[in-house]
Amino acid sequence: MSRSVALLICLIGGLTMLVSPFLPMATGWANDVTDWFNILAAMAFVLGGGSLLKVQLMRLSARGPGWGYSAVTLLAFVVTLWVGLGKVGVVADPSAPMVPWSGKPDDEGSAFWWIYLYVMTPITSTLFAVLAFYVASAAFRAFRAKNLEATLLLATAFVILLGRTFAGVVLTGWLPDWASGLRLENLAVTIMDVFNTAGNRAIIIGIALGVASTGIRLMLGLDRSYLGGDA
Amino acid sequence: MVLGADASFLNPDKLLLLVVLAATCACIVASMIAARAGSVPKIRRIAGLEAVEEAVGRATEMGRPILFVPGIQDMDNPMTVAGITVLSRVAGTAAQYDATLDVPVSRSLVMQAARESVQAAALQAGQPDWYDPERIRYITDEQFGYAAYAAGAMARDKPAACFYMGCFFAESLILAENGNAVGAIQIAGTAETAQLPFFVASCDYTLIGEEFFAASAYLSGAPDQLGTLRGQDIAKALIALALAAGVVMATIEAFSPATVTGPAAEVAP
Repeated sequence: MSRSVALLICLIGGLTMLVSPFLPMATGWANDVTDWFNILAAMAFVLGGGSLLKVQLMRLSARGPGWGYSAVTLLAFVVTLWVGLGKVGVVADPSAPMVPWSGKPDDEGSAFWWIYLYVMTPITSTLFAVLAFYVASAAFRAFRAKNLEATLLLATAFVILLGRTFAGVVLTGWLPDWASGLRLENLAVTIMDVFNTAGNRAIIIGIALGVASTGIRLMLGLDRSYLGGDA
Repeated sequence: MVLGADASFLNPDKLLLLVVLAATCACIVASMIAARAGSVPKIRRIAGLEAVEEAVGRATEMGRPILFVPGIQDMDNPMTVAGITVLSRVAGTAAQYDATLDVPVSRSLVMQAARESVQAAALQAGQPDWYDPERIRYITDEQFGYAAYAAGAMARDKPAACFYMGCFFAESLILAENGNAVGAIQIAGTAETAQLPFFVASCDYTLIGEEFFAASAYLSGAPDQLGTLRGQDIAKALIALALAAGVVMATIEAFSPATVTGPAAEVAP
């Protein structure tokens, strides 16, 4: 019974989203479906938070390997939750200056804002910066001339790399105007605009058809694995 | 809702898109019905999906866990749904082999769906006791917070097999390179075209775009689901024909006398 209700909700929600771009009167319905999903996701966050607390508390009480990380996670969770819900350091909104909690929790000057700006943002930026090294190590493995395809990949990468830097201009800038298409910076643009775009579009068309097919399978209830199968 | 007198029933700007969508859906549904009637298409072998058993078997032999990452988006993303489908297959095989499966997730709803899916797979494999809900746990919605956890878990637990199936952004390379560093066999699947090169460079197998969406039909082996794949191919052939016709017409138009003499006439004194 519960599975049938879930499938019915999936069908109605899917059909609503499908027709909304084409029927002007259905635009509001699609917004309603999106709102329901957001409400559901917000309610489900309680389950996620509960899972996080349970797993970390279990690890902490068992004093297993890495229990210190669990302690840090729990401390950060509790402090951030308290700071956000309690609106610590929030400046009153100008429209209601006598009400101390009238400002938003992430307004400039609040403790939540401070945590986000001085703790969260630097940590996130650091991790993002590490990507540069991962790109280098992945490229080192990928660009080895093991066979014809790999050699072509290596040569193309070489052209793009030089064409996107000043070195490309210096190396092939002497070519006359009638051969300007062979200048590295122009070659790089041609490779990106023609070959790369063509390949990318082929993949995107396949993806669009795959999404349509998956949508039909889900709406018709043919694929129920996301609901736990037919059991 | 009240419709104004001038409001049209259909959006005229999107009429062509509606026709294309209707034709695509018709191809898919017709092929599905044909497959039900007995005309089941033959699907080519997808190496990445065939390697699932090899990866799980390897993890079992080495006594190390399997890590499954279902992307960082919620259940409203079709890639996440496709990822959960692959998860149920991986979980079924892991349950048969009694291998450890870890599924850190970045969305609460995904956690619930993954738990349902894994539990059902364990039941189907005849190993209900194998299912442990605590192994499918919520980490954080934050993109790099999640990536940091997954990278740390790889360094600590050294999984023998890593699966990345879903929607990924900049964290894709962080995950794949860390998995590569611990020597795990890696299988990825996504429709995020910007992340595909990273997965191809770092993983052993990659399901590219539509292969990833075909996974559920491929793995289920159900005739009606396989039929939808043939419908996709028919729609793709029609699109290719339309593209070719468009190229020919655009070329003819570019070389037609009106087009060729047009700009010249403008610059003439």
